[in-house]
Amino acid sequence: MSLARAIETGDLTALPSRRDEDWRWTDLRGLLRTLPPAAPAKLERIVVNPGETRVVDLCFRVAAGYSQVTRGDIQVADGGHLALTEDYDGEGVSDTELTISLGANSRLERIVKTHSSDDAVCVSRAEVTLGAGAVLRQTVLTSGARRQRIETRVTHPGAGASVRLDGLYLLADKRHADITTAVTHAGVGGTTDQLIKGVVRDQARGVFQGRIVVSPGADQTEARMGHHALVLSDRAEVDGKPELEIYADDVVCAHGNTVGALDEDALFYARQRGIPEYEARAMLTEAFVGEVIDRIEHDDAREAARAWVAGQLGRAS
Amino acid sequence: MKPMLSIKNLHVSVAGKPILDGLTLDIPAGEVHAVMGPNGAGKSTLSYALAGRPGYEVTAGSATLDGVDLLALEPDERASKGVFLSFQYPTEIPGVPALTFIRTALNAQHKARGEAEISAPDFLRLVRAKAAALKMDFDMLKRPLNVGFSGGEKKRMEILQMAMLPPHLAILDETDSGLDIDALRIVSEGVNAMRGPERSMLVITHYQRLLDYIRPDRVHVLAMGRIVASGGPELAHALEAEGYDKYAQEAA
Repeated sequence: MSLARAIETGDLTALPSRRDEDWRWTDLRGLLRTLPPAAPAKLERIVVNPGETRVVDLCFRVAAGYSQVTRGDIQVADGGHLALTEDYDGEGVSDTELTISLGANSRLERIVKTHSSDDAVCVSRAEVTLGAGAVLRQTVLTSGARRQRIETRVTHPGAGASVRLDGLYLLADKRHADITTAVTHAGVGGTTDQLIKGVVRDQARGVFQGRIVVSPGADQTEARMGHHALVLSDRAEVDGKPELEIYADDVVCAHGNTVGALDEDALFYARQRGIPEYEARAMLTEAFVGEVIDRIEHDDAREAARAWVAGQLGRAS
Repeated sequence: MKPMLSIKNLHVSVAGKPILDGLTLDIPAGEVHAVMGPNGAGKSTLSYALAGRPGYEVTAGSATLDGVDLLALEPDERASKGVFLSFQYPTEIPGVPALTFIRTALNAQHKARGEAEISAPDFLRLVRAKAAALKMDFDMLKRPLNVGFSGGEKKRMEILQMAMLPPHLAILDETDSGLDIDALRIVSEGVNAMRGPERSMLVITHYQRLLDYIRPDRVHVLAMGRIVASGGPELAHALEAEGYDKYAQEAA
């Protein structure tokens, strides 16, 4: 059951619906009564050889009035290093299914940025497997779509491998974004660190579903998950489902989940100093999300992300 | 001399409960007036009402600064007209470095008054000098505003902002609370350095101690939502000796 199968077979009953627990906040079957004609499926393949460093930008764009499936196979061999930026700026219906395999001691810095139109329906799903000592650094930056889901599933071997799965959703109007992640720690001594922040206004809806599973025997796992959202309008909505399932004894795990409004005391303090209300709100909102941006290690990627945030907040206010 | 701050018959309610009940007070330009009173008399309500804090509803009366009706203005407009409130409990602003915050405020006030933006080098030069005068570590200004600061550091940060945003009316709300004797002296020197013919100050305090350092021209007693007594600096000493009991009873 997936959007890709529905596009490929024309079978609308293959669409995930609210009856599927994992899709209950991102119902596609109720939304899509028909599917636009399918454009030819696309294939992307990236191979990074042992010890090689590559910088790759992928752009996923499907035109209005079409649906399209893209499959991608990304392999980073032992000791390889890939800096991958994915831009999703479609107007139609799209499903992107990526398989990402990271060899031992390899490194992937993945930035997912979306600029989908108000009419777009966009799903992106990545299945990631890590070798021993591999490093995954991921930041999702999204302004949503008519309906959108960015999903990442990680099979974590422990073994010194390290995962950061961050994300930021800045949503206005009636836009929808769903960041879903699942990490399964299968072996001893792995770390996962996650910080998701969101700002929703108007009638927008943000969804975060985060699951970290620590399998039996995956001792010395360190896992942290945080999801914090600002809701700036009465009609906006945030649905959060953080889940930690721990079946090992010797672990360090923590999670936090908060949804609230801007701090009225801070807002008054800034206004008392002469900062107009709209400017004070933008400043405090930017400060709130800045923590996610600050965690991007690569200087150019971080500044590009900061510019994206400034553009989104400027546009939305 | 024409009063700079003029408050007439001010009534203020918070959550429907009357707190200020016909407060009248004039502070002429260049003068420092202290308002003292027991806990719950309405001292902080007076400072918040003048600054325009949401939730402090003015139900009657007026407050003007240099003839401008303050009560008709938004909080940021009042600030640009020269109202500065040194908070009793300064707010922490995570994610915004103090330098960025102060520069944003300064430029916003300049813009509101139709003045040019201050250049980055000029700003840094100015803020370095003012911070040094308050014996503040400049690196502290690179940290998020007030986050993790001690009580004394927060109050110095308030006075630094007052120096960077030179007001016509400075309201100091319990600036002495949480200060040890050295910090009290440094903060008071910072305040005294800003006394001048074009600036009025309203010093709100529970204790006489602060007034040994910031010497007021006049002292007023606020009890039960009104000014119930006014006098010279000697009134503060009398209050220290006798307490507020008799005013609370008289006002009732």
